[in-house]
Amino acid sequence: MTPSVIRIDDLILSHDRQVAVSGLSGSFAPGSLTAITGPNGAGKTTLLRALAGLHAPDAGCIIGTSSAGRTIGTSGAGSIIGTASRIALLPQASQLDRSFPISCRDMVALGHWPRLGALRGQTPAMRDEVWQAMEAVGLAELASRAVGSLSSGQFQRALFARLIVQDAPILLLDEPFTAVDEPTGADLLKLLLGWHKAGKTVIVVLHDLQLIQRAFPQTLLLAGVPVAWGSTASVLTTANIHRARLGNWIEPYVETQQWPAA
Amino acid sequence: MLYNLILAPFEFGFMRRALAGCIALSLAGPPLGVFLVLRRMSLMSDVLQHGILPGIALGATAAGLSFWAMGLGGVLAGLCVALLAGWLTRATGGREDSQLAGVYLLALALGVAMLSAQRGVDLSHLLFGSVLAVDDTALLCMAGVACIALPGLAVIWRPLILESLDPGFLAANGGRGGLWHLAFLALVVLSVVSGFAALGTLMSVGLMMLPAIASRHFASSLAGQVRASVLLAVAASIIGLLMSYHMDLPAGPAIVLSAGGLWAIGLSAGPRESLLRRLRHIRQID
Repeated sequence: MTPSVIRIDDLILSHDRQVAVSGLSGSFAPGSLTAITGPNGAGKTTLLRALAGLHAPDAGCIIGTSSAGRTIGTSGAGSIIGTASRIALLPQASQLDRSFPISCRDMVALGHWPRLGALRGQTPAMRDEVWQAMEAVGLAELASRAVGSLSSGQFQRALFARLIVQDAPILLLDEPFTAVDEPTGADLLKLLLGWHKAGKTVIVVLHDLQLIQRAFPQTLLLAGVPVAWGSTASVLTTANIHRARLGNWIEPYVETQQWPAA
Repeated sequence: MLYNLILAPFEFGFMRRALAGCIALSLAGPPLGVFLVLRRMSLMSDVLQHGILPGIALGATAAGLSFWAMGLGGVLAGLCVALLAGWLTRATGGREDSQLAGVYLLALALGVAMLSAQRGVDLSHLLFGSVLAVDDTALLCMAGVACIALPGLAVIWRPLILESLDPGFLAANGGRGGLWHLAFLALVVLSVVSGFAALGTLMSVGLMMLPAIASRHFASSLAGQVRASVLLAVAASIIGLLMSYHMDLPAGPAIVLSAGGLWAIGLSAGPRESLLRRLRHIRQID
């Protein structure tokens, strides 16, 4: 287990020349547990995708380093250099096609993909890992059920099991507790805190400020520009929340600023 | 009686050759068809079957009615159309069905026009095939494509599942989804072209798609659906050839009609997701 750190330098991210995130600098410490929060349209999801290497920055860069100080991936203006297998991303609206005829166990086993590729077979140890992951999320009895027959809560548990199987040192989760009931949310939070205890770097986009205050040591408050980044107690102050327009959010904080043509 | 009905027709060489060709097509096409259905790309098979026609015409123009020239032209045209369709899909952002319909209508018209300009070409043979008159070259080609398509599908099996199931996950994990997609389309093109000699460009997709569409009524797992699609295609080939023999029907359409009949059986009374199942389910609730 080698915990990793991500450093961000003066990052600008945009969609079709509309700036989503700008002026972001800072770093995620190895083994840290950080919540990213802010109003809708604050660029939280875009930032998470950029961290996962799925969205190329317009300016600035993201540098991932392993504990040994080796650079495991950088992502600079207009380019993405893969950090695959070091970073696992759980998107909010998964593109997963739930009507596809695949069993729950096989879907979870696809978490081994970064290590196996197209042709290598699973080793017995890998099969055990899949089984343990299914047990950890409480889905062991449903292993051979089709993915399409799972409820949203069970489905989210299955996606968590796949994250466990991926066993990446850095985990990015986008609103993992929306659309699940309270017991499921509590179970999933317990798993997430377990990953943090095991030394993984965990970054989660969340809207629930009370949950952040209760469970997350670090917070990044984002509203297009970074409002505050640091220990949760110092970030979630009334003044900062007001600045981020989270209290009574009326109009988009981020003006549709035109990004000049290159 | 049963002997006369089922076995006697296959004492003729042309019937055995037709059956061998159809079994090769049944091994190559339907498993790919299952993935086309799952990837919501059923329309793509139509586009490809019409898209290969101008290539076949070009091959015929360049080298006469040589099977290899027409086959090569068909494969190249099919690949071009597949790439064009992929590009249109991305460029139009989700409104691809109309674009695809445009592509295949144009390709069909272009192909027919080019072939009609040739003298001595029997258009109906190319459009509807002549299963009962396949020559050695065509038979070898069909067997060869089956020998490429099946192992090829085995190689791309896992990434293709991942790309169909969860493209975002594949992208986030450094998998080049586009590459597997192209490899898959290349196999589909090969399989469509190999069918044209037997079933014609208008019918070759029938033996590929109808068993694939029907297979979901007979099996729940992906591997089960692939197996079911092959068995259904072989059954349709045998029934179609016998119908053609006894009832004096053209063999290509008879085979595709049989495949359609099996689909209708699956849809109405198959073990999964059929109308009969749904009726029983409703009655249980009442």
